[in-house]
Amino acid sequence: MDRLALDVAHLFAGGLVLVSFMLLYQDRMTGLVNNFALHALVVSLAVAWQAHIQHAPHLYITAAIALGVKAIVIPLALHRIIVQLGIHRTIETVVGIGQTMLAGIGLVALSIIVMLPITAKAGTLAQQDLAFALSVLLLGLLMMISRRNAVSQVIGFMSIENGLILAATGAKGMPLVVEISVAFSILIALIVIGVFLFRIRERFDTVDIHALHEYRGEQP
Amino acid sequence: MAVALDLLVQIAQMVLVLALAPLFAGYVRKVKAHLLRRQGPPLVQPYREVLRLLRKDVVLADSASWVFRVSPYLVFATTWVAAALVPTFATGLVFSYAADVIAIVALLGSARFMLALAGLDVGTSFGGIGSSREMLIASLAEPAMLMVVFTLSLLAGSTQLSSIAAFMQASDVGLRFSLALALIGLIMVAIAENARIPIDNPATHLELTMVHEAMILEYSGRHLALIEAAAFLKLLLYVSVIACVFFPWGIATSGQGLVAYVAAVGVYLLKLAAGGFLLAAFETAIAKMRVFRVPDFLGAALMLGFLATLLLFVTMAG
Amino acid sequence: MALTGLLWCVGALLAISAAAIPAARLRSASLLVYGATLLVCASALGLAIASLLAGGMQPDSLTLPVGLPWLGAHFRLDALAAFFLVVVNLGAASASVYGIGYGRHEEAPGRVLPFFPAFLAGMNLVVLADDAFTFLFTWEFMSLTSWALVMAHHRRAGNAAAGYLYLIMASFGTLALLLAFGLLAGPAGGYAFQAIRAAPPVAGVAAGVLVLTLIGAGSKAGLVPLHVWLPLAHPAAPSHVSALMSGVMTKVAVYGVVRIVFDLLGVPTWWAGALVALLGGVTAVMGVLHALMEHDLKRLLAYHTVENIGIIFIGLGLALAFGANGMRAAAALALTAALFHVFNHSVFKSLLFFGSGAVLTATGERDMEQLGGLIHRMPRTAFAFLVGSAAISALPPFNGFVSEWLTFQAILVSPALPQWLLKFLVPAIGALLALSAALAAACFVKAFGVTFLGRPRSEAARNAREVDRWSLATMFILAALCLVAGILPGYFIDALAPVTHSLAGSRMPPQGALDWLTIVPVAQSRSSYNGLLLFLLIAFAAGLGAEAIHRWASGALRRSAAWDCGFPDASPATQYTAGSFSQPIRRVFGSVVFRAREEVRIPPPGDLQPAHMHVRLRDVLWDVFYAPLTGVVGYVADRFNKVQFLSIRAYLTLVFGALVALLMVLAVWQ
Repeated sequence: MDRLALDVAHLFAGGLVLVSFMLLYQDRMTGLVNNFALHALVVSLAVAWQAHIQHAPHLYITAAIALGVKAIVIPLALHRIIVQLGIHRTIETVVGIGQTMLAGIGLVALSIIVMLPITAKAGTLAQQDLAFALSVLLLGLLMMISRRNAVSQVIGFMSIENGLILAATGAKGMPLVVEISVAFSILIALIVIGVFLFRIRERFDTVDIHALHEYRGEQP
Repeated sequence: MAVALDLLVQIAQMVLVLALAPLFAGYVRKVKAHLLRRQGPPLVQPYREVLRLLRKDVVLADSASWVFRVSPYLVFATTWVAAALVPTFATGLVFSYAADVIAIVALLGSARFMLALAGLDVGTSFGGIGSSREMLIASLAEPAMLMVVFTLSLLAGSTQLSSIAAFMQASDVGLRFSLALALIGLIMVAIAENARIPIDNPATHLELTMVHEAMILEYSGRHLALIEAAAFLKLLLYVSVIACVFFPWGIATSGQGLVAYVAAVGVYLLKLAAGGFLLAAFETAIAKMRVFRVPDFLGAALMLGFLATLLLFVTMAG
Repeated sequence: MALTGLLWCVGALLAISAAAIPAARLRSASLLVYGATLLVCASALGLAIASLLAGGMQPDSLTLPVGLPWLGAHFRLDALAAFFLVVVNLGAASASVYGIGYGRHEEAPGRVLPFFPAFLAGMNLVVLADDAFTFLFTWEFMSLTSWALVMAHHRRAGNAAAGYLYLIMASFGTLALLLAFGLLAGPAGGYAFQAIRAAPPVAGVAAGVLVLTLIGAGSKAGLVPLHVWLPLAHPAAPSHVSALMSGVMTKVAVYGVVRIVFDLLGVPTWWAGALVALLGGVTAVMGVLHALMEHDLKRLLAYHTVENIGIIFIGLGLALAFGANGMRAAAALALTAALFHVFNHSVFKSLLFFGSGAVLTATGERDMEQLGGLIHRMPRTAFAFLVGSAAISALPPFNGFVSEWLTFQAILVSPALPQWLLKFLVPAIGALLALSAALAAACFVKAFGVTFLGRPRSEAARNAREVDRWSLATMFILAALCLVAGILPGYFIDALAPVTHSLAGSRMPPQGALDWLTIVPVAQSRSSYNGLLLFLLIAFAAGLGAEAIHRWASGALRRSAAWDCGFPDASPATQYTAGSFSQPIRRVFGSVVFRAREEVRIPPPGDLQPAHMHVRLRDVLWDVFYAPLTGVVGYVADRFNKVQFLSIRAYLTLVFGALVALLMVLAVWQ
């Protein structure tokens, strides 16, 4: 694998981790959705580059799906949902942003420590992509557990899927049908979640999860 | 003979940074003004300010002590020495082995220590506000700076600025993402340390927005001239460090002819012009942050440094 | 030869201590006692320096027929002991000089004078001890004499509680060390260090010994979470004793850790290095954050000791990690950094405590919120304190910067370590070290600025007077030593070479012969530092600037009221206090580390009451760890209280039950 190919792949994979951190740093709704669009854009670029160096044309389609659906359609839909629901624009976090970022760094270190010895026999490219993909996955989960707002949890969920795409393309040989089915299931999940958000908003006038807890009869 | 030449280069650098620092500050102000569709002050206005201050009386508060009077000289001396040790147009500085980048940052820390003490000396609340905020910003910027230094040392195997510059120039470093992250982290730290927007406003005199200006509020006359000169030198120092480490092309190495040195000075001026323009554009495009958002800003710089190190570990292991 | 001389010095100290009991009633008692200890400690210092500089000498051993009959008391003088004796006796000599002046104001000399030489004797003996029994006996002796000194002013508020806590923690520490030595000696019971060196323990036992040593000696040094006694006990003692406890006794505890972990345990493991370095990093940050929240000058200095002990342990942890991986040169670098910091810290911490003692003598106040403007009343003390503050804040060209720079260089060598956890942990610890260094500078800007600068906040500060010559002399000598060690570090590093050679198997490259007295820790191309050159350049630049200003600028100067943005001359109460200086840092770090809560009560307009601001800080460790522990101990003690009131038949049943149980154990074990 020549240096330039490796460096560019590293650029995109590292960039994806960086954008995941930017997602953690955001505390405004519109900024979050735009950041997610950037996340999807970077992942589509990464997949397109993989398609180029692995000479696997079907990955171009994966990249196009990621770009079209996740970088354009879904952010537009989310912007509309936010405006229609009238959700307030700041996102409350459970712990401070500084501590969340520190935890994020710890998770990246953990995934590198775990992944590098396991994939020692694979090529450098696969090693990097798998380590970073696990980081993106863990950062997405961290975002889901450290945010109180339902929309931000949806975005965390979808960033996890981006990490999985990175892992799958880096490991060489993901069939196209798997990608299409995964993408469609995510889309269906998003539509269902959007419908539910509307219903919850109608009933309870809020999508703050902590407030919803009271209606379950549990202590907050 | 080589030592004499290196000594000459060192003296030339000391004179050059002292001469260029006010010009750079004037250039940044001019570009900011033009971006805001104003004429702005002339380029040489900072020189005129320093000379004007030198001619004026010093008005000393009744409660000021010798610390207040000695601080400007020490602040100026440490900042000038630190600026003289950063390779700007040549790497063969004869005293460059006296301090690596950690020592240079610590020299600036000495300057800041004396200035913060001077802020507390007169016993007014403005000085206190400046000193306490300055020490907060410094305490958050140092870990971020260390992580950037760690990343660079991991790549270049050295913390000596001349060696890092030589490494970046010579070897095929390639498109290292970690270097981009380290660059952004270093820029964020430089903005915080130099009291530029969004951390502090260098042109304000409102108490709510002051950090550096509040510490030097009681200074006047020749003391204030020295402190202003030191502030200009500090800004030039940070821009030179960024240029030397991340954009080292054009720096003359020891032993090349006079033509190479002159050309290197020209390249350095071009780098300064580009850096000044970007700084002015950035300051115009962004608003000043609340003081208690500064930890988030510097925390982000620290995270970028950490991330750069982690990413480097991954690539170097593979 | 040197060893016998040192033992004679210790004997002389014990004799002075005995003689001080009747002599305390004399008027010139303090002069006599402190003068005598000065002479003895100075000669001990000379002997120690001579044996350290003699280089690769054979360790000198001696066995005295005191103590346990079958064991005797072993004493040994090797390079490590010589270095720590230099540290101990330098601190002791300077405290004696200071005491000659300070002791005149001592209100209860009979409670201080007999115990001071005994304390010095105890510290010297711990460093010289070569078997477990002597070590533990002298360790306890050192703790008890220092406890007596802490209780010297036992009627002052808080001192009795501090002494009680100190006694509990010291006893607990000695217990942990006793268990550690028991594990080291093994079933054969060879308590002499020679025997232990010949038979290093297996991995599991070594881990247990390490943890017990960290608990036992670490609590005396001040490692988090066992540091809680330090900020209470150190300030309670008289100032020269506080300097000794902070500057020297903590170093004797570090000596204990180094002796057991580096010398007696054999080859280290990498996770031991990780644990020690991590503890050091956390200790450093916690110590300095607590120091920033304090406004009692001596307690601030005591918390700072905790921070510097953390820095020393970072260096020790790195040395262990490098040693475990066979990287001897790097281990020597880390160990040199840690030991150099031991020396530096004892010098500037003593200086700072002497300064705070001078302030206490001059004003009667320890609370910074009541001081201010002392630089006009006590200019020489202020100058010495400023030098100490600059040194402890790791500012070039002073000595604090050199040892921290060496620690950073050791951290920068760490990517060569093979273990992944270490690779990630060490940069994080480096960030913690940088954070603690920057916060230390903030803390000392606060301490010096609020105490000495500004305007006086109380009558006591307004009427302060400069202290006597003896105190000033010792402060200036220590300040000069700070500068010298910062400018000429190469000689100190070379002096440490035999110590690191015996412990880490290697030494740093010889520094004395390099051009212009630069120090090069690893290789010239990698990094170098020249303190002398920086000092000369700064002096040259300042002189050039001053000369140019003098020649071409206006020389006029006039005094006037402060500008203060045009506000009329406000009262001294409006200037920044210690609490307000650390408010930004408290806001950033406080909610996590201290559970800081701020309450502001502002009365409605027209109400004549003043506004109140209340800041509540809790030591999280105390709430999470110590308070439940004391609760458990109290509960168990209450339950066992019933045993005191049993009938005779019940007691006999207990004895019978114990006897039967022991016999059953014996039967099973056969």
